[in-house]
Amino acid sequence: MDKMPRWADVFLVPFINLILAFVVSGLVVLAIGENPFKAIWIMISGSLGSTSGIGYTLYYATNYMFTGLAVAVAFHARLFNIGGEGQAAVAGIGTALVLLAFDWPYWWLAMPFAIIGAAVFGAAWAFIPAYLQAKRGSHIVITTIMFNFIGAALMGFLLNGILKNPDTQNAETVAFPKGAHLPTVHEVLSPLGINFAKSAPLNVSFLLALACAVGVWFLLWRTRLGYQIRAFGQSETAARYAGIDAVKITVITMLISGALAGMLSINVVMGEQGRLIKEFVEGAGFVGIAVALMGRSHPFGIVLASLLFGMLTQGGFELMWDMPAISREMVLVIQALIILFTGALDNMVRDPVERLFLRMRKRKG
Amino acid sequence: MTGEKQQGRQETAAPAIELKGISKAFGPVQANRDISLSVAKGTIHGIVGENGAGKSTLMSILYGFYKADAGEIYINGQRTPIPDSQAAIAAGIGMVFQHFKLVENFTVLENVVLGAEDGALLRPSLAKARKTLVQLAHEYELEVDPDAVIEELSVGHQQRVEILKALYRSADILILDEPTGVLTPSEADHLFRILKNLRAQGKTIILITHKLREIMEATDTVSVMRQGQMTATMKTRDTSPQKLAELMVGRKVLLRVDKKPAKPGKPVLRVENLRLTDSAGVERLKGISFEVRAGEILGIAGVAGNGQSELLDVLGGISPAEGRITLHDRPLPLAGRHANGQARRSDGIAHVPEDRQRLGLIMDFMAWENMCFGYHNDPKYNKGPLMMDNPAILDDTAEKMQRFDIRPPNPRLRAESFSGGNQQKLVLAREIERNPEVLLVGQPTRGVDIGAIEFIHQQIVALRDAGKAILLVSVELEEILSLTDRVAVMFDGRIMGERITSETDEKELGLMMAGVSGEAA
Repeated sequence: MDKMPRWADVFLVPFINLILAFVVSGLVVLAIGENPFKAIWIMISGSLGSTSGIGYTLYYATNYMFTGLAVAVAFHARLFNIGGEGQAAVAGIGTALVLLAFDWPYWWLAMPFAIIGAAVFGAAWAFIPAYLQAKRGSHIVITTIMFNFIGAALMGFLLNGILKNPDTQNAETVAFPKGAHLPTVHEVLSPLGINFAKSAPLNVSFLLALACAVGVWFLLWRTRLGYQIRAFGQSETAARYAGIDAVKITVITMLISGALAGMLSINVVMGEQGRLIKEFVEGAGFVGIAVALMGRSHPFGIVLASLLFGMLTQGGFELMWDMPAISREMVLVIQALIILFTGALDNMVRDPVERLFLRMRKRKG
Repeated sequence: MTGEKQQGRQETAAPAIELKGISKAFGPVQANRDISLSVAKGTIHGIVGENGAGKSTLMSILYGFYKADAGEIYINGQRTPIPDSQAAIAAGIGMVFQHFKLVENFTVLENVVLGAEDGALLRPSLAKARKTLVQLAHEYELEVDPDAVIEELSVGHQQRVEILKALYRSADILILDEPTGVLTPSEADHLFRILKNLRAQGKTIILITHKLREIMEATDTVSVMRQGQMTATMKTRDTSPQKLAELMVGRKVLLRVDKKPAKPGKPVLRVENLRLTDSAGVERLKGISFEVRAGEILGIAGVAGNGQSELLDVLGGISPAEGRITLHDRPLPLAGRHANGQARRSDGIAHVPEDRQRLGLIMDFMAWENMCFGYHNDPKYNKGPLMMDNPAILDDTAEKMQRFDIRPPNPRLRAESFSGGNQQKLVLAREIERNPEVLLVGQPTRGVDIGAIEFIHQQIVALRDAGKAILLVSVELEEILSLTDRVAVMFDGRIMGERITSETDEKELGLMMAGVSGEAA
């Protein structure tokens, strides 16, 4: 018998975690002499109060969905892919190479090829740690972290070298062809008579992220490969008994994970920046870990957690803007508290809630 | 002072342990229900019951691991609350767990002293312990080399260390949880001698076991538990194994397997000179040869850890090995890419592994997901090249659950939610219903209640009667003797001898299990 109803597991526990995180964050805000209620109001109105705010929130959420799904797929095979940051960065090179290769006339023609480019490069960056784990037993947490640094160095090398736009001081490529520009939410909705802020970077990649979420769900719970991934993740010894090839599953899972992380570059590099800039991932790869944790590695949970973290990111920027006492580091503290409560301290809330449900059931029975 | 002394004298008549109305629930599960028990001083008291009857919970309460929801504990007539194991030790209770709690790379002496050091410096404690140990060894036939490292000791000796640990903490009441599961018959006999010596010195012993033979042999009184309740307590000499079994299950049971004589056909599985060296460089299989014929059950007897598990792993394609295995005269790959569980399954070898929770099932998967485990490539479970046909698997599972009487018959329940017996039936249903040429079975009834044992044995015999070859590995001699047609005994990676089951007995097999070579019959 399950310890508590599913809705409590999926919604109630994360919700209580969130409230606790906000309470502690509020105390921190109070401690530096600001009004926590005002701070929360700024974050909410800043992220949801205008079409521009919503546009930014969903844009960030798109990134987190990609990286969150990447972590979750790997986690179902009990592989802790910390390398989303590096895989996304290297995928950016793939995206850029595809988009710079031709003078693309239409975005819908360019996008599938850019997706392939990003997927191949992202997957390739995940392949080496996966192979080392599967064949040599090198721990994937260590190797993926190291590959984040190697990826950053590779980006620096290429963007200060052969890929550099000679006309600027910055480490970035030349702008992609105009035809490769992805339609933003403003461009999509204005023909329908809906006026969405022009500044919002939200673009069609959002739909790609939702499609990936559905795809991951389908992969894990409907396909034979997904069945083997989950079986392998639940019990490596049982998987060996069943004759599931550990090397194959490890490598394939990490390829999928790397490709998903790579999709982030479609949203940022192709959708928003229109050229490849050195540090475009901006920590989204790491946030993906928290998103996957909070979403309990389920695509639906990840979509919800991504929206929350999108709000936090956008609201956090607004907060920095409106409350001078709150620095970028303060915003990080608040985000970290949420990660702490939803991830690391999850059992602190889960156990008492479980006990509560058991007691209620006993009283009924 | 004198008053206290007098009270003490009166209490010698009081029972060593008295439990009154102990109840304990884990969530909706009532593990112990209003249990009362009284164990007289200087006796060996047996507690029998099926898995999940609540024996271990009761003993965990007595040892302070769990707090009872209700009820009282009296030690030597004195009401003694036991909130933790420190209190239990202080009250003179010692516990020998089924899985030993020893530090593998410490010496016997260090293990005995661990947690009972007298001060910050180790030397005086060790010196004192050494003296005590010599004395205890002499008194109770508990000889162990105090300077031996635990991992180098045999299981039987490790168990003696556990007993010494308890005695060193001056335990008067000793609880032993399934103590003979890992022992050879002669080691078990020695253990019972030790227990009788302890009893002679006035110690009280509680023996938890599911082996009725041991109850009859070693105990003075016996209590039966069923479904969290203490259903009966009686003098051992007034009862019989048959009666105890009935009390445990709550209905009449067949202790012997009802089967016709085997009609062995052609050899199906032939194993020649099988060798396996593990990753630590230890040779686990040292040239194993045998054959299994169609329509017979070959038993592999032996004390746990003598290479039986490795043998099953090799036959099941889990670990690579050297040597030769043929199935219907066709050699099977023993190493490399084609030696895996998938290849074995398509060759018609089904495998019910020894450890169903680690190997046979995925505890977090639902019953239906487990029912296609290992056979997930079977076209009947798949839709096209990529997708699984989940509705088909669900239907198939529901049908098999009904045929094997798996309860509750809900394919969407996670494997961990089933009892041990029903988990085993899930694995058996999956493997037997494939109608394999060869069935490998490891410890089919470990942790399975008596009611289910009967059913599982019947299924295995039915497969034999259908002309299939069955290899059964079991550490339970009773099971080997009642179920198999032929038996081979393994010791230290070798086969010590083979016998026709009906022409041998426990004593002869026991000798071979202890490493005394028997000429092949």
